[in-house]
Amino acid sequence: MQMSLLIDAGKCTGCVQCELACSLENEGIFNPAKSRIRIFTFHYEGRFVPYTCTQCAEAWCMQACPVDAIAYDAATGAKVILEAACVGCKVCTIACPFGTVNYNSDTGKVIKCDLCGGDPECAKACPTEAITYVDADQTGYERMRAWAVKTDAGSTAIA
Amino acid sequence: MLHVVIGAGPAGVTACEMLRDLDAAARITLISGEPEPPYSRMAIPYLLVNDIKEDGTYLRKSENYFPDHQIDVQHISVTAINPEDKSIRFEDGNSLDYDRLLIATGASPIQPPIQGIELPGVHQCWTLDDARAIAARALPDTSVVLVGAGFIGCIILEALVKRGCQLTVVEREDRMVPRMLDNTAGGLLKRWCENQGITVLTNTAVNQIAEKKNKLSVSLDNGNTITAGLVITAAGVRSNIDFLTGSNIDTDQGILVNQYLQSNQEGIFAAGDVAQGRDFTTGGFAVQAVQPTAVEHGRIAATNMVKPDSLSYPGSLNMNVLDTLGLISISFGQWMGNADGDSVVLLDDAQYRYLNLQFDGEYLTGASSLGHTQHMGVLRGLIRSRVPLGIWKKRLMDDPTRLMEAYLGSVQSLV
Amino acid sequence: MSWTGNILRVNLTKGTCKAETLNNDWAQDYLGQRGLATKYLVEEVDAKVDALAPENKMIMATGPLTGTMASTGGRYSVITKSPLTNCVACSNSGGFIGAEIKNAGWDMIIFEGKSKKPVYLYLVNDKAELLPADDIWGTTVWHTDEWLHKQHQDPMLRIAAVGRSAEAGCLYAAIVNDMHRAAGRSGVGTVMASKNLKAIAVRGTKGIGNIKDPARFMAAVNAGKKVLADNAVTSQGLPTYGTQVLMNVINEMGALPANNMQDVQFEGAQNVSGEAMHEPRKSDGKPNLTTNAGCFGCTIACGRISTIDKGHFSVENKPEYWGNSGGLEYEAAWALGPDTGVDDIDALTYANFLCNEDGFDPISFGSTLAAAMELFGMGVITTKETNGMELKFGSADALVWAVEKMTTGEGFGKDLGLGSKRLCEKYGHPELSMTVKGQEFPAYDPRGIQGMGLAYATSNRGACHLRGYTVASEVLGIPEKTDPLVTEGKAGLVKAFQDATAAVDSSGLCLFTTFAWSLEDIAPQVDAACEGDWSAERLAEAGERIWNMERDFNLRAGLTGADDTLPKRLLKDAAKTGPAKGRVNDLDKMLPEYYEQRGWSNDGVPTPATRQRLGLA
Repeated sequence: MQMSLLIDAGKCTGCVQCELACSLENEGIFNPAKSRIRIFTFHYEGRFVPYTCTQCAEAWCMQACPVDAIAYDAATGAKVILEAACVGCKVCTIACPFGTVNYNSDTGKVIKCDLCGGDPECAKACPTEAITYVDADQTGYERMRAWAVKTDAGSTAIA
Repeated sequence: MLHVVIGAGPAGVTACEMLRDLDAAARITLISGEPEPPYSRMAIPYLLVNDIKEDGTYLRKSENYFPDHQIDVQHISVTAINPEDKSIRFEDGNSLDYDRLLIATGASPIQPPIQGIELPGVHQCWTLDDARAIAARALPDTSVVLVGAGFIGCIILEALVKRGCQLTVVEREDRMVPRMLDNTAGGLLKRWCENQGITVLTNTAVNQIAEKKNKLSVSLDNGNTITAGLVITAAGVRSNIDFLTGSNIDTDQGILVNQYLQSNQEGIFAAGDVAQGRDFTTGGFAVQAVQPTAVEHGRIAATNMVKPDSLSYPGSLNMNVLDTLGLISISFGQWMGNADGDSVVLLDDAQYRYLNLQFDGEYLTGASSLGHTQHMGVLRGLIRSRVPLGIWKKRLMDDPTRLMEAYLGSVQSLV
Repeated sequence: MSWTGNILRVNLTKGTCKAETLNNDWAQDYLGQRGLATKYLVEEVDAKVDALAPENKMIMATGPLTGTMASTGGRYSVITKSPLTNCVACSNSGGFIGAEIKNAGWDMIIFEGKSKKPVYLYLVNDKAELLPADDIWGTTVWHTDEWLHKQHQDPMLRIAAVGRSAEAGCLYAAIVNDMHRAAGRSGVGTVMASKNLKAIAVRGTKGIGNIKDPARFMAAVNAGKKVLADNAVTSQGLPTYGTQVLMNVINEMGALPANNMQDVQFEGAQNVSGEAMHEPRKSDGKPNLTTNAGCFGCTIACGRISTIDKGHFSVENKPEYWGNSGGLEYEAAWALGPDTGVDDIDALTYANFLCNEDGFDPISFGSTLAAAMELFGMGVITTKETNGMELKFGSADALVWAVEKMTTGEGFGKDLGLGSKRLCEKYGHPELSMTVKGQEFPAYDPRGIQGMGLAYATSNRGACHLRGYTVASEVLGIPEKTDPLVTEGKAGLVKAFQDATAAVDSSGLCLFTTFAWSLEDIAPQVDAACEGDWSAERLAEAGERIWNMERDFNLRAGLTGADDTLPKRLLKDAAKTGPAKGRVNDLDKMLPEYYEQRGWSNDGVPTPATRQRLGLA
């Protein structure tokens, strides 16, 4: 069963426990600035939106990488940065229309969500179930696909 | 089905993979004009500073990648194409038949018409072979003149500085990276480079290069002369289309293609730096010569090679990202603006931060930035989705840094 | 460890920013944040200094758990000498800037001197600069926030700023961070503005990587999170209703002060309660409350995010107030509502927005306005002073008018900015000021909750609920239920709460965790994160040390045991209604015992033996 992150922004309180958990898992320290998941605050609307890579099928980041440094993890469906191969050219950071691949100037490489190898820490840390890790069929995967098509109409893979 | 792909850059390799995905039974031949396995020119600067070895530049890393995918890679130059009998001819006189052909021969650096350009110690920086030659000469304290401060010049600039070279950059136009940055941003980048010890001469041309006591003497049109151990030219590129003469394939700057990336000749497609494909923001046809476009072309061309006219193509968004000694510049689409469109600019001179958004009515059509690295991909999402910005237009005009909110609020309707 | 070990010292007179090493011995004795920064203050600042003179210092301090994953671990405090009370001021705030300071690599920032021109501190990790604030001086906190984000092209900058009220000299101006969280009490914003420091803009990307025992820390953190998730107050009451869960409860028990504490119950309480914030309004069917919100790392999320009814008179034709912002918390709702007799929830929310937008303490403001309303009713303040406004209890018009005057301190806003004590003195009726040591009361009437009377009277920063919140025991039964109308045992209860609170305030955690946590839940988290062995007992002892250090500062500042008292109204005028009807606060029955338990002399001075025991000698 393919699992994926299900995000329900309506339940998010903006507490950034997810960012803390993510940075701890991936960087070994508490550092929201280096989190792969980020909460965006809509002050006027009074809304908090957790946001990270949807592991989209189109995988623009992976496609655009000139040195094969982003790999598909068949077990989780995640597109994973191979740090040893990444040269830090940042093409993926502009190729990803979701803005979820980011440059880390400390390492000179890029970072993105890899679903923690199938046990995402953000979902475990979330106190309100705004972030859950569930059967991909429940996640509105089709909706994500719809965004993808909107983003690059016509240039997505044919079914 | 016999698929032949000429050119083993990102467009060609991506196309082969797509062909294989879509047609398990097809015969796929990938023809490379260089001796190495398919590699990325974008990785050459990292090779020059020893961040990676040569195999780190390879487009696909696993050893038997191409055989494993039944992609037959041949290293040989193509000299002609004959659409009449659906064949291509090689430099050794042999020929190969195809059912569908993809031309992805890329581009080559323009050799500026400068006297002395052929001298030893004057190099382009385009191939792995060039990189090896540069690495041999670009030793610590070597005086290096880089002719051209365009995108390619700038990506090797950092490598030269890191190798300890004394660098002078000579650019004919009035600013650095003129195809990517406006006056303000180009000016900031120049100051950034100068503060790191690089001499940047804009509005300056090289008149002549001469050999003088084992050194090169570079004469500039401002009357000055620079003595250098190495001169690197990066004066732009042009599509590799010369070998098409007599093929009846229509060309302009590159190969002219339709919305399926097919040339005027049935069954012959073009992709990447050699293709004059559709530009998303202008709707016109242009050679973009950037990595994401090459990959996009490869996928779309391959799809249409397998299923003719199955995937229409709205055009690629021109985009670039450049890291110049730690200052990161990014450009998308119509960063230079639209007639009658609104625009907004933020400039923090002291901190080298710059953000420029260009609108066409309710749509974002272009952007450029300096010093921004987080979530910048949403600029692509915002531009390509063609979603009217609604209330976010005003909010972005008020504060263009709210890009991510604008994207989530408009394109993804998450608010 | 878990302290960064770095202090940023900003000398505004000289315009310099310098890094210093943290005194680790002090950290072992005073933990962090409130305790540790107060230690620096008492060592560096003469207690007799004029709070608004350049010689006063202002410290923004994080705790050792600030920035970690410990639930609520995002707090910071501002420590200085208060212009309102002349006591030590320590105002605690959540939001995100505390963690950002820590992530930038600093335990605390000490501001000293006074800048010649308005400046703001721009701090990105190690890089600290004082930059000209001419473009934002004279503007609101909200405008400053927007301007700084744009100026530095960084949506992730965290910002704390003072508003126009602080610049105008309001004595209870706040420092507002992240738009609507505030170091709210005792005029810490006034001190900041007196130094010509408009704002602090911070970006920290270093993170916190020096947890002593990461595995044990995460186990303790997760255990703590579970306790909060399993507790009805922290998992249901606070997220659903915020602190406003108390409005109806406190009213029913006859401890909701109303009309400048003349009454102990308020007829309109229901209309301004947490429950009312959920009710769809007639105009657009939307409730006042949009959502609850968490501060950095907080798994409780008591914060209120609210809107004002677009059709309400306060915001008609003012679309800039039609969006969401920080909504009513209980203390603010009480001061702006019951204490002024106003039960119009939109008027209260509007007033609350303006308190955030221009940075002043809604408790002190509401309470001062209530005193002014009483004086108006007596004819002492007239429409001459108020430019025609009828300053009557219950008038939403008066509330809205007054809060708008406050933002810029113009006209009668100047008087309101004095605070209740000085305003009542100015108009010749000091007895009408509902304050202790010059600071206005919060929302619990000590006639109905006896222990709170002692907590107010002895609080080191003047009347305050956050120095010894015996409401937890006397009302909510945490950790065990005590009778609110009984005085026996309250001295010990107050002392225990005061000491524990000082420890929590020094850790980087939020006091609200203690609805579910005791020091036994907190100690394992501190111990796994920090150098040294931290038991609950040691935390309580540190708390006691901190309390006595604060007390000593106040005594040196010129206060005496005689200041440990309550307004006559609460000691002499019996409650008129409710369960406490007929009761006054029996402070005299509790205070001597409290002194004794504290190890203080009969006139409230720590004895040499006490100082010795706590290492304060």
